[in-house]
Amino acid sequence: MTNRELKFFQAINEAIDQCMARDASVYIMGLGVPDPKGIFGTTLGLQQKYGSKRVMDMPLSENGMTGVAIGSALVGMRPVLTHQRMDFAILSLEEIVNQAAKWHYMFGGQMSVPMVIRMIIGRGWGQGSQHSQSLQAWFAHVPGLKVVMPATPYDAKGLLVASIEDNNPVIFIEHRWLYNITGHVPEETYRVPLGQANIIREGSDITIAATSHMTLEAMHAAAILAKENIRAEVIDIRTLNPLDDSLILESVRKTGHLVVADTGWKTVGFGGEIVARVAEKAFSYLKSPPRRLALPDCPTPTTPALAKHYYPRAVHIVATVRQMLGISADDAVPDEPADVPLDVPDMTFTGPF
Amino acid sequence: METMKPEILKRLYYQMLRIRMVEERIAELYPEQEMRCPVHLCIGQEAVAAGVCANLSRDDYALSNHRSHAHYLAKGGNLKAMIAELYGKVTGCSGGKGGSMHLVDISVGFLGATPIVGSTVAIAVGAALGTVMQDRHQVTAIFFGDATVEEGAFHESANFAALKKLPVIFVCENNLYSVQSPLSVRQPGNREIFEVAKGHGIASYQGDGNDVVQVYQIAKRAINRARKGGGPTFLEFKTYRWREHCGPNDDFNLGYRTESEVRDWQKRCPIKRLKESLLTDGILSNQDIEAMISDLKTEIEAAIVFAKESAFPDKRMLLEHIYAL
Repeated sequence: MTNRELKFFQAINEAIDQCMARDASVYIMGLGVPDPKGIFGTTLGLQQKYGSKRVMDMPLSENGMTGVAIGSALVGMRPVLTHQRMDFAILSLEEIVNQAAKWHYMFGGQMSVPMVIRMIIGRGWGQGSQHSQSLQAWFAHVPGLKVVMPATPYDAKGLLVASIEDNNPVIFIEHRWLYNITGHVPEETYRVPLGQANIIREGSDITIAATSHMTLEAMHAAAILAKENIRAEVIDIRTLNPLDDSLILESVRKTGHLVVADTGWKTVGFGGEIVARVAEKAFSYLKSPPRRLALPDCPTPTTPALAKHYYPRAVHIVATVRQMLGISADDAVPDEPADVPLDVPDMTFTGPF
Repeated sequence: METMKPEILKRLYYQMLRIRMVEERIAELYPEQEMRCPVHLCIGQEAVAAGVCANLSRDDYALSNHRSHAHYLAKGGNLKAMIAELYGKVTGCSGGKGGSMHLVDISVGFLGATPIVGSTVAIAVGAALGTVMQDRHQVTAIFFGDATVEEGAFHESANFAALKKLPVIFVCENNLYSVQSPLSVRQPGNREIFEVAKGHGIASYQGDGNDVVQVYQIAKRAINRARKGGGPTFLEFKTYRWREHCGPNDDFNLGYRTESEVRDWQKRCPIKRLKESLLTDGILSNQDIEAMISDLKTEIEAAIVFAKESAFPDKRMLLEHIYAL
């Protein structure tokens, strides 16, 4: 049992299942939550187990239903609301930003809004401009919201349990390309505390801080760099707000070099926040200008011909690191072989999602 | 319509008078510039809050919008804490962090008021869902204005409340204006607001919002029905705001409405109307009313002294209450 492995989507499912079993006030809702696909498998079997009152499909009313979730939280429930795309949650920004984030503060701490809003992000397979956005920087900007982006099955379960048990609104962001990755997940209920980053690969030559799926790209990059005797330290940021910058600062003091790899856009993106903190608190340790790997500042194109130039991958991290360390003159990435599909998480994936 | 018990009529009169006197005193003191937050006074609209809340028990919930003083007071909210909140004091109902637009008194089920139009409708429906999920037999009333039915959040909430037959009372105070914009530029003239809710399959009624007895009786039926599991009801009450949208003054000088329109509505003052019938029917005497006014003055002045003498929140409070523990 100690080496039990689960896929990321199963870890999410198990976290919800265990929270619902432990606490009758936990309920989940979202369009398609009880449907045969079960939100990429993350909610499969839960309605059969807990009934249609606690595992609810819902009207396609993102904003209204976010308000409903808030109201229910105010009177003792713990809602978990799911959006199959983060883009859909934009319709609910009013309730999230004006109401959920501030209810505790604006009424002087008398009430709280314990709720989790799952938002799914992704890349590839022609998701296009309105099915692909990674807007974590928006949410992380708002005091009163917590923002979580797990990258491993272990963290997916532990962070989701901690999020459901948290007494604040938590934006829980899941990357579709992570759902099928496998990793160690203990069967018992455990928590990964919100607000703690994690060093997932130690190194002394350069610090790569990453969010969500970019953590996997960073690990691939670190493996490639290791063959060249470059020891990269990879930090999974895990929680964007509250942000734990201590591990990143400590790492940069050791390595002197920083790359931030985020799934969002570059301008006013989350990577900028990390670079700013390092500049403010560890400037004298820097041996090279910190770099951000992020999406170029344009909407997501649909055709794979353009999308392959849109998403930064391990090769881009490697090229950036080589340039920063003076190994290459520039960060140009050699053309990848045309027969390698870049719009799917792995070769078993045949769409449409 | 049932006959009204004298005790209830007296209570309704007292409630409206209290709200009116609190609002008028706020308007008098506002120019001192010590209440440093926007205030949206409800003078002229007291009957809706009084008539609806008289049918709610302490355990029932109510939520409101930016113009919430009447709803807070009628639901039983603490007057001292409300005035202190307007003065930004630590003794305020939100510790000074909310002001007039963020009133709350959990002890009497007033779950909160916020000024983004439509948002608290969804939150109220959620509170009702939460009570049903916990098998608690409470009713939730949500107060809002005529413009709220122009918001998507309203329709999303009404649809869901109807779908789940939730114990919610949608109370629309139709005062004909959203800020300075009249209903005629915002909604089609051949459709009454209460008919909108019917489209969502919600039982829906319209009444004179300046007739507190009518409000009371219509609300009573709706609340009893919700309490028995009969689902939501939408109530539209036509009424009128006498003062400016935000602040203590008259505003016919702005020209968006005429002085004669305001004067016409003032002739239909809900408090004066009830007073006349109570005097005629011998339920209250002029001396009774004078005594009420005197008691209320004492209570209101005590609340103002309390507020003025209370401390401001300490600097350390700035960064407290961002996250719940």
